[in-house]
Amino acid sequence: MSLELKNVEKKIGLDTHIYTTDLKLEKNTINILLGPTLSGKTSLMQIMAGLDKPSMGEIWFNDKNVTGMKVQKRNVSMVYQQFINYPNFTVYENIASPLKITGVSSDETKQRVGKVAELLKLSGMLNKKPNELSGGQQQRTALARALVKDSDLILLDEPLANLDFKLREELREELPRLFENRDCIVVYATTEPSEALLLGGNTATLQEGKVIQYGKTLDVYNKPNSLLSAQVFSDPPMNITKIKKVGDNCSFLDNSVNWKSKINIKDGEYKVGIRPHNITTYKEGNNSLEIKGKVLISELSGSESLIHFTKGDLSWVSLSNGIFQKNVGEEMNLYMNADEFIYFDENERLVTNG
Amino acid sequence: MNKTINQKAWFFVIPVFVLVAFNAIIPLMTVVNYAFQETFGNNVFMWEGTRWFKQIMLSERFHASLGRQFLFTFIILFIQIPLGIAIALTMPKEGVGVPVCLVLMSMPLLIPWNVVGAMWNIFALPDIGFLGHSLNALGFDYNFTQQIGDAWFTTILMDVWHWTSLVVLLSYAGLQSIQPAYYQAAEIDGASRWAVFTKIELPKMKKVLTIAILLRFMDSFMIYTEPFVLTGGGPGNATAFLSIDLVKMALGQFDLGPAAAMSLIYFFIVLLVCWVFYTLMMRNEGNQ
Repeated sequence: MSLELKNVEKKIGLDTHIYTTDLKLEKNTINILLGPTLSGKTSLMQIMAGLDKPSMGEIWFNDKNVTGMKVQKRNVSMVYQQFINYPNFTVYENIASPLKITGVSSDETKQRVGKVAELLKLSGMLNKKPNELSGGQQQRTALARALVKDSDLILLDEPLANLDFKLREELREELPRLFENRDCIVVYATTEPSEALLLGGNTATLQEGKVIQYGKTLDVYNKPNSLLSAQVFSDPPMNITKIKKVGDNCSFLDNSVNWKSKINIKDGEYKVGIRPHNITTYKEGNNSLEIKGKVLISELSGSESLIHFTKGDLSWVSLSNGIFQKNVGEEMNLYMNADEFIYFDENERLVTNG
Repeated sequence: MNKTINQKAWFFVIPVFVLVAFNAIIPLMTVVNYAFQETFGNNVFMWEGTRWFKQIMLSERFHASLGRQFLFTFIILFIQIPLGIAIALTMPKEGVGVPVCLVLMSMPLLIPWNVVGAMWNIFALPDIGFLGHSLNALGFDYNFTQQIGDAWFTTILMDVWHWTSLVVLLSYAGLQSIQPAYYQAAEIDGASRWAVFTKIELPKMKKVLTIAILLRFMDSFMIYTEPFVLTGGGPGNATAFLSIDLVKMALGQFDLGPAAAMSLIYFFIVLLVCWVFYTLMMRNEGNQ
């Protein structure tokens, strides 16, 4: 089983929503579409589902051309950012609704709904109406509707975006388990890099209607093919600076930071991406660069501390373990792990990831 | 913390109290005053207790006009609500058609009520009116000034023309607020157009339709100007709805006591029906 987009392009009027895209999604995989708002995640999903036709190109499913085939005949299910359930149906009727039309017997329906409801912790509220439920329960119902039929393709369009933080964390941890042992392709759109890392599988980074990179999630994270892909897959935002390499000597910020490097690339200028967690208040790795920064903002996030600081004309973000506060304007030492630098050429293509 | 007790705070309530008194309580109390007393002018009043109320409740004339009123309101609701929803469903959802449709739809609502009555009176005149003349030319024996059926037909047609737009605009607003994802979800489920209407659109329009039905009920139940100008309540008393009958009694016959009692009964009927309807529609509604 596979879903293949061949030269797919989507234009509405003069606007290009999706630039020419080739993508092959394999059976039993979770595929994450990662990109900021308006990067084309939803458009791409609608084309995959058959809710929308591409302006050009073809969609193949199981080596069969399904371009333009109606969505009802495609055996797909979809979960949206908004909690979409039939308002007048009970939770049970909602979950059973996709089975009703395909003519599944009532005994089997009962059994399947019961099973999915249990999986999603909805067993106690099968007789309630959606508007009597909390947001999290409404979204669980929508997820149950998507899971109850044996879809070949399950599409989830930012399903956690409208939930509050606690519920999001809770459901996020359950998600990978929900898709285990399912004979289907899962596509999951999100704006959050952490969600992609948690779900694993494959990731496609998107920006302004273009798929920048597609591959195993960790590969995309560790070896971004371009600066853009790295930026999409970094939260808090990636630090970017220009470095000079002459022989073994590397330096940046007008030679104010320099170090010896064994890295095997040509001499010249490079753009370097440094993830915030590779700038810390303590030394990490064997190749740690000490710099002096001036604190802009210091904020806490869970058990980590984010420090925004200036060095040279640039502003930087660092992410360290532990909880501490720094005063605005304070001068402090920070350490960059030079082994984790990601080098890009002048066209912002990957040169090496250290 | 100890609260200081200062009764002077009541002074702050006085402006609102005076305002409400002038625009609601005093006029209403005047009516209440008349409803329980008899007067022959010269500011001489005699206490009559509930006599006028009994008289009105037992009067055949009141029963007849109340019956006509309910029949009329029922018919126009029965036509306007489904028709309004149907028109709203066919209206474009985006593009240049939207403002065009909205403006066209609002036109009848912008015309003063007595002008609507006068317009339809002239339009329906059997000899010179376009509608009346055309119907007669087509072989129908149509004369709204003399035939009861024709008078009702014209009054209802006028009201449908005047007010269906309100239902259309409210339904349209309700439809526009349904997120596209609902339609996509239904499409994925393979739901029929009818199922989309009954399972998504109608439930999602419930609140706005409740408002539409309430507004149309109240307005049509209190209708006065348009039938007064169109038919004057005739032929005979055939289109004398409650308000027309009330004005006849109060200002035509100068029966102030019974008219005041009738006003209050009228008011309580409107209040009761609205309350019952709203309570029924809104039970089991969460705060979604």
